[in-house]
Amino acid sequence: MALLEVENLQTHFRTPDGGVNRAVDGLSFSVEAGETVAIVGESGCGKSVTSMSILRLIPEPPGQLAGSIRFQGKDLLKLTEREMRAIRGNEISMIFQEPMTSLNPVLSIGQQIGEALRLHQGLSKQQAEAKAVEMLTLVGIPAPDKRVKEYPHQLSGGMRQRVMIAIALACNPKLLIADEPTTALDVTIQAQILDLMRDLKHRVGAAIVLITHDLGVVAEVAERVIVMYAGRKVEEANVADLFRNPRHPYTQGLLGAVPKLGSSLEGETERLAEIPGLVPSLKQKIQGCVFASRCPKVTELCREVAPALEEKAPRHVAACHYAEREAIAA
Amino acid sequence: MFAYIIRRVLATIPVMVVVALFVFSLLYLAPGDPAAVIAGDQATPADVERIRASLGLDRPFVVRFSEWAWHIIRGDLGISIFTNLPVSRMIAQRIEPTLSLMVVTLVLAVVIAVPMGVVAAWKAGSWIDRAVMAFAVLGFSVPVFVVGYVLAYYFALGLDWFPVQGYTPLSQGFGPWLSNLVLPAVALSSAYIALIARITRATMLEVLQQDYIRTARAKGAGQRTILFLHALKNAAVPIVTVIGIGIALLIGGAVITESVFAIPGLGRLTIDAILRRDYPVIQGVVLLFSFVYVLVNLLIDLSYTLFDPRIRY
Repeated sequence: MALLEVENLQTHFRTPDGGVNRAVDGLSFSVEAGETVAIVGESGCGKSVTSMSILRLIPEPPGQLAGSIRFQGKDLLKLTEREMRAIRGNEISMIFQEPMTSLNPVLSIGQQIGEALRLHQGLSKQQAEAKAVEMLTLVGIPAPDKRVKEYPHQLSGGMRQRVMIAIALACNPKLLIADEPTTALDVTIQAQILDLMRDLKHRVGAAIVLITHDLGVVAEVAERVIVMYAGRKVEEANVADLFRNPRHPYTQGLLGAVPKLGSSLEGETERLAEIPGLVPSLKQKIQGCVFASRCPKVTELCREVAPALEEKAPRHVAACHYAEREAIAA
Repeated sequence: MFAYIIRRVLATIPVMVVVALFVFSLLYLAPGDPAAVIAGDQATPADVERIRASLGLDRPFVVRFSEWAWHIIRGDLGISIFTNLPVSRMIAQRIEPTLSLMVVTLVLAVVIAVPMGVVAAWKAGSWIDRAVMAFAVLGFSVPVFVVGYVLAYYFALGLDWFPVQGYTPLSQGFGPWLSNLVLPAVALSSAYIALIARITRATMLEVLQQDYIRTARAKGAGQRTILFLHALKNAAVPIVTVIGIGIALLIGGAVITESVFAIPGLGRLTIDAILRRDYPVIQGVVLLFSFVYVLVNLLIDLSYTLFDPRIRY
């Protein structure tokens, strides 16, 4: 049994004008214990909504969740709010994109790390603070016994993200969801934070779902990659497989759009490849392939029939009529 | 921090000087001549002149103001023109009922209004929210004396739960003291509650949108912790500010409320003094109220540091 099994997840939002926004539309994937899975896609593809759905942080209404999210066999969508609270921050925890605004400005660092510990492990105030100091040491913050009494505005962005990680890991979660954890940080700090996450993952043994649009980050830390587009999974493969041999035209486009360091200095004058157009509106049910409106290889068939997710190579699925299929070895 | 307190206390001095100047000018700005009032209908212009001279009203403005201010600094608010008693003693006799009324109103208003605003923001758009907002509009638009008489009619005359009017000093027991203050405090607090509840709701609505609220949820914090710890502490600065500004509302309202419920406090003293043109008393009371207002708002400024660690003086 996988640690997390998401099946046919649908997160829809009712819009004020009576329509429905299908932010996530029939997404399935699973995460094994201790594994790092990246979910990539451009803005608005539903990756953040997916992560919020797993923790049931989507306000309902206007949100509406259907399908199933089984965590250690339990369907999270069937739990009461109280049961869900016992899981949040304890067995599943989350790191957010904005370290500058994700910490409460009026509570001390120690209080914020200690909160989950007091809530889930019943620690006293003193015990929680002692553990908070320990967590700060673990995430590499110097002078932790001084920092623990400080407030977020006294820390830099990178430090704050370390604090967020300390909060997330305080209760030894089995699953850590990291939603764009490095996007708001300087490149050098990004590398530090990624190193830290990788290091702690081995120490704590948590599985990680990494939400990002940064393929560099994916290559760095993920084992498996899920490519999302317009609320659906369009491709999934091992990280090496995906980078070496992307099957879906959208994935190919994403990889083509990554600039290479110093490419223009070496006389390469070619423009960076871009994917023309925008993600389609999620308010209408899309007939045919979701990527059809932007796909360079589009045909009549794509506009009419939605391609199913097929195994194009061993453990490599893609939803495209034309992705070449290899003989699947037995 | 300590230096800041000193600075702030010193900064209140110019404010108080301006207030004092204004209060003193009342004598000149207000129509009617106290000398003529004291002299009575039968007096000749010479009598009036004599009384004016005996009161020192014939000397230049600057001289009189400096002399008056010097006395006030030493705690001497002058002698009532009417009763011939020291104003400070008259105020001292009347201060307890007014202070009691204001403190009970303040506590009542904060205890009711803040949770009301928090719940309204949490349930924004629901019937609870709409009910709170409707009450806020009503509370602000119905005058204190209407609320006062309606309350007295139903809860004192009708149900006989509380005394209709009057005041019992605290020295005669907490129960009687409080029971006399319940209706006036409720009447006086309605506008104040409306003000605080509205600001609480508006500020909380904004705070609840913030990323750190989502972080608290992701940690597994319960709704009450999120609302009253994570959110309210962030919303506290605007809320306590409006509580302080609202003290002005309370002072004005207290004068009317004391009339409605026949409470022998500073409000009654003020009204009587105004009717008699008893300027030293008017000046004394207005100065006292201004001083209280400035002091409360100073305390509120200092309280910001308790709520928000980013504010350091």
